[in-house]
Amino acid sequence: MSDILRYFRQDMLPHIWCPGCGHGTVTGALVRAIDKLGLSKNKVCIVSGIGCSSRAVGYLDFDTVHTTHGRAIAFATGIKLARPELTVIVMTGDGDCAAIGGNHFIHAARRNIGITTIVMNNNIYGMTSGQYSPMTPKGMYGTTAPYGNVERSFDLCELAKASGATYVGRATSYHVPLLIDLIHSALQNKGFSVVEAISQCPTYMGRKNKIGGAVEMLEWIKDGTVNVKAAAALGSEKTKGKILIGELHNAPESEYTADYDELIDRVQRKYDKFQGGLYGCASNSD
Amino acid sequence: MAKTVKLMQGNEACTIGALAAGLEFYAGYPITPSTEIAELCAEELPKVGGKFIQMEDEIGSIAACIGASLTGKKAMTATSGPGFSLMQESIGYASLCEVPVVIIDVQRMGPSTGMPTSLAQGDVMQARWGTHGDHPVIALAPGNVRECFDLTIRAFDLAETYRVPVIVLSDETIGHMREKVVLPDPSEIRSVRRAAPSSPAGYKPYAAEEDGGVPLMAPFGEGYRWHVTGLFHNEAGRPTNSGEVADKLLRRLSRKIEKNADELADYAAESLEDCEIAVVSFGSSAMSGLSAVRRARKEGVKAGMLRLKTIWPFPEKAVAELAKRATRVIVPEMNLGQIALEVERVVAGACPVQRLGKVNGELFRPEEVYAAIMSAARGDDAAGAGRAAGEAR
Amino acid sequence: MDEKKKEYFHIIRERYCKGCNICVAFCPKQVLVLKNGKVFPERPQLCIGCRACELRCPDFAIEVHLKGEQPEEGRDSDSVDYTLPPEAMHG
Repeated sequence: MSDILRYFRQDMLPHIWCPGCGHGTVTGALVRAIDKLGLSKNKVCIVSGIGCSSRAVGYLDFDTVHTTHGRAIAFATGIKLARPELTVIVMTGDGDCAAIGGNHFIHAARRNIGITTIVMNNNIYGMTSGQYSPMTPKGMYGTTAPYGNVERSFDLCELAKASGATYVGRATSYHVPLLIDLIHSALQNKGFSVVEAISQCPTYMGRKNKIGGAVEMLEWIKDGTVNVKAAAALGSEKTKGKILIGELHNAPESEYTADYDELIDRVQRKYDKFQGGLYGCASNSD
Repeated sequence: MAKTVKLMQGNEACTIGALAAGLEFYAGYPITPSTEIAELCAEELPKVGGKFIQMEDEIGSIAACIGASLTGKKAMTATSGPGFSLMQESIGYASLCEVPVVIIDVQRMGPSTGMPTSLAQGDVMQARWGTHGDHPVIALAPGNVRECFDLTIRAFDLAETYRVPVIVLSDETIGHMREKVVLPDPSEIRSVRRAAPSSPAGYKPYAAEEDGGVPLMAPFGEGYRWHVTGLFHNEAGRPTNSGEVADKLLRRLSRKIEKNADELADYAAESLEDCEIAVVSFGSSAMSGLSAVRRARKEGVKAGMLRLKTIWPFPEKAVAELAKRATRVIVPEMNLGQIALEVERVVAGACPVQRLGKVNGELFRPEEVYAAIMSAARGDDAAGAGRAAGEAR
Repeated sequence: MDEKKKEYFHIIRERYCKGCNICVAFCPKQVLVLKNGKVFPERPQLCIGCRACELRCPDFAIEVHLKGEQPEEGRDSDSVDYTLPPEAMHG
């Protein structure tokens, strides 16, 4: 029996994603990273929002929560703070994370709470059939950008780094070994980790922009990216307009829930002579 | 047992009640007039090893609370109208996914930013129908500082018992006023915890007998590896598009509340036995109402007071009962007739129902309700008198 | 392994395969083909075990195993994952 199928709820397979969609590949990469780390399935909790990518958690044999649109990271914050010993992972999409979920994304990064966020970025809203998203490159097409997207898109990794995430990496559904490695490192970072996984959506992104099917899109992704390590040597004319992949930021800092546990110890030591009991507590209103 | 006598603020009593019920997690966002609850939780939770977090907005707050509850912890948030509006989608999520959580809504003058420090009770219908779709919810309304303590404990017990979000509908006056309060010894408080399965083998997170059953709820991190989804789901928690499964689930969820309406109904009645002019109210308005009823009684008028402590599910039996004898029902509330709508539905024409709505941010003075009672006693028609007393400005 | 060239076999889960052609297109040795919409290891002897197909497959429908590493279940080199209902049998 396959070594990764045991991480799946096989009664739910085959999954819902379109033929050639990259989300299955990214999900496989996450599972392989978890397997490589040897994490206990009982101590991993995976949270997702709404969208094609967020259907992933339904297939995965862990404690899983398929939450409201954009709020996966906020739900995950509650789970991680309530039970810091759990490995908490968020699986989200470019719309779910960078559009409606943007506020929770930047604040979780600011707090550096121990959550690994996998952003499956297919540059489009797939579930609702093809609208452009905050990650859709300027000029490209979507059902709500019939004349070409006039908006500039986020560099999600820069946004994550600027907000305070202590591990940031980007890979693609073409560069799967790299993606597995980044997720593997991200899961070991105590604080807030972000791995952006560029993923192909042949059904909408591919068709709407005449890139082609899954294979052509993977070629397009391969040609449009360059590894951060190679980029330095290649010089700017070769890397111009290309998206950097690889480990982009790795600067561990103290993790939010660990800091809060320290606070609890500090308070409980100070109040160990706390004879006030339940009602003796300081009332702050006077 | 050692009784504790304290001068306590309503908001403070909510927090103490929550702690007495075993609160372990608070996520919230500052908003007048509820912020004292957050501040006291920030101070007290670490002492008992609990967790406090101030989220980036109210949407994040309710989401974090639901997340914490899924790990088996008792979780609460507190807010007011504007924040309560932001929380609605995820309250619906907690309702469909049957996740216990307590939300304290300290109502203020709305809609919109309104008058943040002024009293109102305009979130009654929002507490019931704020989120989209049919869904079970329970709402309790404290009428004094001690009840902020009692009803927050009851809110946790009901949330844990029925796996449902419970809203404590407080208001600016109840939340901010201070009263002498006699609190029971903590050891006397029996708080309920959700019924959990004994082993992961064959665990079905949404299996319960058809008629309003409450499924066993496993905590995350203990090997049950169950799935929670805001999509309609079958007994194993797997998402479904089957209309039949959805129909069965939603009816079970609604029955959870309907079936237990009697146990959930909670109210305080005074001189209703021979009451002809009944005052039905809740929260801060009921304080003035009771004072008016007592004054009218002294003057020989057969007035009576029904103060609702459970708002949703609406205590229909108690209202229908008093309507049998009453010649008029007066409903003083700090909105334009939200509870009155329910009272009218239940009374169904048995006697006139007079709305006494105030939306100027100032609590009823007892004489305003007294005037309505006396005009009813004189037999003035319901509609006319109501306008005179309520909008006397 | 002795200097004899390593040989691999492929487990295919037809029920999962959606015929997206990613594995066929990116196999460096053109081992795979699509046969009535499902992947089929046409030339298993050419497989070098790079697992590009297994890693990129969005549907977890193909797996590469070293011969001898795992008891062969199939009649010939393209064995079948018997944990799945019959329609997964192929060839």
